Amino acid sequence: MVQIIFIDSTGQSRSVEGDEGATVMETALKNSVPGIEAECGGACACATCHVYVDESWAARLPEAQPMEEDMLDFAFDVRPTSRLSCQIRVSGAIDGLVVHTPERQG
Amino acid sequence: MSDIIKTDALIVGAGPVGLFAVFELGLLDIKAHVLDILPMAGGQCAELYPEKPIYDIPGFPTITGQGLVDNLMKQIEPFHPTFHFNEMVASVEPIGTPEAPAFRVTTDNEQVFETRVLVIAAGGGSFQPKKPPIAGIDAYEGTSVFYAVRKMENFRGRRVLVVGGGDSALDWALNLQKVAERVTLMHRRDAFRAAPHSVNAMRELVAAKQMDFVLGQVTGLTGEGDHLSGAIVRGEDGMTFDLPCNALLPFFGLTMKLGPIADWGLNLHENLISVDTEKFETNEPGIFAVGDINTYPGKLKLILSGFHEVALAAQRAHRYIYPDKKLLFQYTTSSSSLQKKLGVS
Repeated sequence: MVQIIFIDSTGQSRSVEGDEGATVMETALKNSVPGIEAECGGACACATCHVYVDESWAARLPEAQPMEEDMLDFAFDVRPTSRLSCQIRVSGAIDGLVVHTPERQG
Repeated sequence: MSDIIKTDALIVGAGPVGLFAVFELGLLDIKAHVLDILPMAGGQCAELYPEKPIYDIPGFPTITGQGLVDNLMKQIEPFHPTFHFNEMVASVEPIGTPEAPAFRVTTDNEQVFETRVLVIAAGGGSFQPKKPPIAGIDAYEGTSVFYAVRKMENFRGRRVLVVGGGDSALDWALNLQKVAERVTLMHRRDAFRAAPHSVNAMRELVAAKQMDFVLGQVTGLTGEGDHLSGAIVRGEDGMTFDLPCNALLPFFGLTMKLGPIADWGLNLHENLISVDTEKFETNEPGIFAVGDINTYPGKLKLILSGFHEVALAAQRAHRYIYPDKKLLFQYTTSSSSLQKKLGVS
C-alpha cells in the first residue's frame, strides 16, 4: 500500500492508501476525497482532477506528457506544479506523495 | 420561431444510448426526433474520448468512441431520425393524460415539439462552456463576457480579450481581429492545441502588431455594473498587471451540467433521475430516462446498460403510442417484418 496525502483548499489534510498501478485520481475517488471530480472518468479529457503537487514532490514525479499539458489548458489557475491526477500512477516511488486540491475544478 | 414539430418520440441526447433508442423505438414503428446541445452526434464518446478505445461493448473487443458512434449512426439509418443539434430543452409541459401521455417541449431556440413520449438520454447532463472561477464574472456575462460568439458585430470597435489555446480561442481571435478595435489573445503557455495554420496566422498578426499575444491567466476583473473595463492578469513571471478590455471571451472547454432537467418535476436522486427497472420510466408517465442520467438500485453507468434500458423503455412507449396494437416479441434474425423495417429483407 502506498500513502497519498490530499490537502484541500482550506488546508484540511486527508491521508489515504492507494493501490499500486491505480492512479492518484482513482485513489481519491475510491476514498471519497473531495475536490476531485474526474468528470471524464480518467480519459485525460476534462481537467477536473487538477491538483497541485506539493513543492517537495514536484521534481520527483515523471514529467507530464503533451496530452496532459494540453488538457491542463482547460483547468483554472494553472501553476508550474499543476498536474492531472488521472495521469499520476501510484507506485512505491511516490509513497507519501502530497497533492493540494484546488478550490474549484471548474 | 418555427412551426410545431409533431413526433412519436423526442430523444434528448444524441450519445450512444440516445442513438440506440432510435433503433429500438424504430423497430416498434415509433418515429423519433433527437435533440443535442452539441453540434454533432455522439455525446461524450465524440466530445470527450473520440480516439479512446472502449473495451466493454459486447461484440467489439475494442472500438473507439467515434467508431462506436459511427456504427450506431449507420445502424439507425433505416429509421431516418431527425437530428436537432446545438439545441437544449428549455421546458416540458404535459399536455396528455397518464394513460395517453403527451408533452409540449420547447427548446432554448424556441422550437416547439409535441411528442407522445420523451426519452431523456442526457448522460452527464448538457455540455456547457466552463466558466472560469473568477470573482464577479457573472455580473458581466451577456454584456461583456461571452462563452460563444453569436454575432461578430457585437464586437465591432471593442477591445477584446480572448483566453485559451484551442481552436475556439484561435478561430475567434482571428475572426474578431477584423472587426474589433484590438484583439488580445491570452494563454497560459506558448504552445497551442489549435490547428497549426491558425497558430501561424495568429503569430503573423502579432508580428505585424495587429494583434497582441500575452502569456498569463486572468485572476480578476474590473469594471462598473455590467461593463467590463479590464482584466487583472497574472503573467508568466507571477507578477500581476492590468489589461484594459471591454469584452472577454474565455474558452476553457466544456463541462456537463444537469441544466433545466432539474426543473421538470421529475424525481431526482443526487442529480440523477429515478426510474423503475421494468420500463425505465420516471415518475411522470411517458417520460423515460435511460443511460447515465438515470438511477435505480444496482445501476451501473455503462453504455451496455443503457442499450438494455432503451429496449425495455421502447416496449412501454409502444403501449402508449399504439394502445390497441398487440406487441409481438420478434427477433431481427428471423422476423420478416423487422427485416423489412431495417431494409434488409
